[in-house]
Amino acid sequence: MPDVGIIGWGANLPRYRIKAESIAVVWGADADNYKRSLQLFEKSVPAPDQDTVTLSVEAARNALKRATIDGSRIGSVYVGSESHPYAVKPTGTIVAEAVGATPECHCADFEFACKAGSEAMFVCFAQVSAGLIDYGLAIGADTSQGAPGDALEYSASAGAAAFIFGRENLVAKVEETYSYMTDTPDFWRRENQHYPQHGGRFTGEPAYFRHTLGAARGIMKKSGATPEDIDYAVFHQPNGKFPMTAGKRLGFPKEKVETGWLVPWLGNTYSGASPLGLTAVLDVAKPGQRILMVSFGSGAGSDAFIFTVQDRIVEVRDLAPKTRRQLDENKFYLDYGRYAKFRGKILRNR
Amino acid sequence: MREVAVIGVGLHKWGELWDMSIRDILVTAAVAALKDAGVDHVDSMFLGCMSSGLFSGQEHLASVMADYLDLTPAPATRVESACASGGLAVRLGWMEVASGLSDIVLVGGVEKMTDVSGTEATFALSTAADTEYEGYQGVTFPGLYAMMARAHMNRYGTTLEQLSQVSVKNHANGALNPYAQYPFPVTLETVMNSTMVAEPLRLLHCSPITDGAAALVLCPAELARKSFREHPLVVITGSGHATDTIALHSRADLTTIKAAEVAAKRAYEMAGIGPDDIDFAEVHDCFTIAEIMTTEALGFFAPGQGGPAAENGETSREGSKPINTSGGLKAKGHPVGATGVAQIIELVLQLRGEAGKRQLKEPRRGLAQNMGGSGGSSLVHILEKR
Repeated sequence: MPDVGIIGWGANLPRYRIKAESIAVVWGADADNYKRSLQLFEKSVPAPDQDTVTLSVEAARNALKRATIDGSRIGSVYVGSESHPYAVKPTGTIVAEAVGATPECHCADFEFACKAGSEAMFVCFAQVSAGLIDYGLAIGADTSQGAPGDALEYSASAGAAAFIFGRENLVAKVEETYSYMTDTPDFWRRENQHYPQHGGRFTGEPAYFRHTLGAARGIMKKSGATPEDIDYAVFHQPNGKFPMTAGKRLGFPKEKVETGWLVPWLGNTYSGASPLGLTAVLDVAKPGQRILMVSFGSGAGSDAFIFTVQDRIVEVRDLAPKTRRQLDENKFYLDYGRYAKFRGKILRNR
Repeated sequence: MREVAVIGVGLHKWGELWDMSIRDILVTAAVAALKDAGVDHVDSMFLGCMSSGLFSGQEHLASVMADYLDLTPAPATRVESACASGGLAVRLGWMEVASGLSDIVLVGGVEKMTDVSGTEATFALSTAADTEYEGYQGVTFPGLYAMMARAHMNRYGTTLEQLSQVSVKNHANGALNPYAQYPFPVTLETVMNSTMVAEPLRLLHCSPITDGAAALVLCPAELARKSFREHPLVVITGSGHATDTIALHSRADLTTIKAAEVAAKRAYEMAGIGPDDIDFAEVHDCFTIAEIMTTEALGFFAPGQGGPAAENGETSREGSKPINTSGGLKAKGHPVGATGVAQIIELVLQLRGEAGKRQLKEPRRGLAQNMGGSGGSSLVHILEKR
């Protein structure tokens, strides 16, 4: 099998933020509790004119800049999200049109709670490996939902990560893949429900940790790698605590997890969460370094990848905005009123 | 009345047991107790469970117990007295044997609380209060015990440090209990800075939501002396049961728990002893203020002295009156229907000398106090090593 991997990556984050205190004061909750125990300090909020499509398009354009290919050469466009703007009508067609990939292009929207983005990556990798296409665009993006007053409101945020897979000019070669999946109903949203429901603490040990640790251990066993052989570990990050705990339980020192640990200041971007963590690592990783990425989607399952960073990364890294910069700079803080308006939580007579 | 012995005890590791159902945990504890006793049959069964309907969608639980233990057609009775359901099951099992109706009686307690959301669990528990006058007004148990704590603090000068020290002490004990839900120590600073629940009670002043079961086997002491001699003989010498007003606002005094006081008086009279004769006790620390108030109601300490006693270490394992050597509800966990049965198990293990790293030095007499709601009911049992 030829070497296959990522040839370009891109991220897009909204500039709006809301702090945990601004949410807690409305509900009479203890912001320090969320900050201390879940390490959730602030989160991104999409602007009224941002959605999964626009975030995906911007992230895809950034990925194309680093891939240095024309959009017309992309053979597949897959967008993973649980906030596709349409129930019936693909997100991917709009994204593909916007980046110039149409009409000779295969396209689908994926959904598997928070691991829909890594599914898109998985399928693009498989298609490129099989020789069906030369280039595939995989996106994980969400403007995620959390009901007012629910614990999810402190984390549910917005962002997109895009990756172009190919066989030439790799920046990160896929060394190994692995998936771990069971039927575990820890978090769900039924048809016509606006906000998801969750099983509280059941989302932890039997759901997130079982699958995330299962996938991480599985891929390390399959590839013969140990935590010592891996330079960066990126885990799905529904809150600040879970990925750090997962890393610790697997034997990764904190320093190997921190680079891709965006959630305390970004929130949980659901399908974009571990993919965005990967973009932050690619922004700084050196050639030869190895990266473990493990997604998690409720329902439940995890996809795992091990990448080896290639020499070309240093040539293309600065061709698009870096993730940490988008996270740390040009922020605009909202109060709860404007946040509620932006997120469509206020009913108006029109 | 015949003297009654506890010849078998059964527990399992308590906690958030995602992969076990209510019948799984009940059967696990019951089989352990039957095995510990070495009995070949059961004449009747009593089961304490507060709210398997709201927590697990399963009523008619006594028959589930008989069925899944393959003990049908033996009679099985489920009893409910909120968080004192387990203690009440023990009392009814004791009555059944003492009266001569049955020889070998299995007593179980169970609650599977984590299969519902926190909100649903809070509602289920709140039905132990006065639903019409308390529940409908939005009062839940942390709020009720917070009011009792405030009253106690105002009258006696009980401090937040004293409330917190109860948690520190119980976690220190629970750290030595392999069956405990939270077998780890906590510092005073951690307790005092934990998340506020209902002022002045913080998270680490409150017992948790727990999945758990516990079981005992009872028989006449005379039969135990003849046929069940594997363990040291432990007998129930006193049993007391009392009630009080269901609503807190109907009480003349918020700083004492009258039902515990009256139940203890009855148990002491039956045993022919007083509080000074008790070597150690398991009490119902659903909130740390409850431990302080019950140690006063049981006569271990004068009114207002429960807090200082906890602070001075008198209730630690090394103190003059060790309280909650199991870790109590705080660290061991509080599966409400099982708690009263598990308290008796801790007494039996201590009296047998089988309490492992938390073993007290040759205790002879222990007391268990189990409470329903905010004190609407209370059970007290006294056990002695013969």
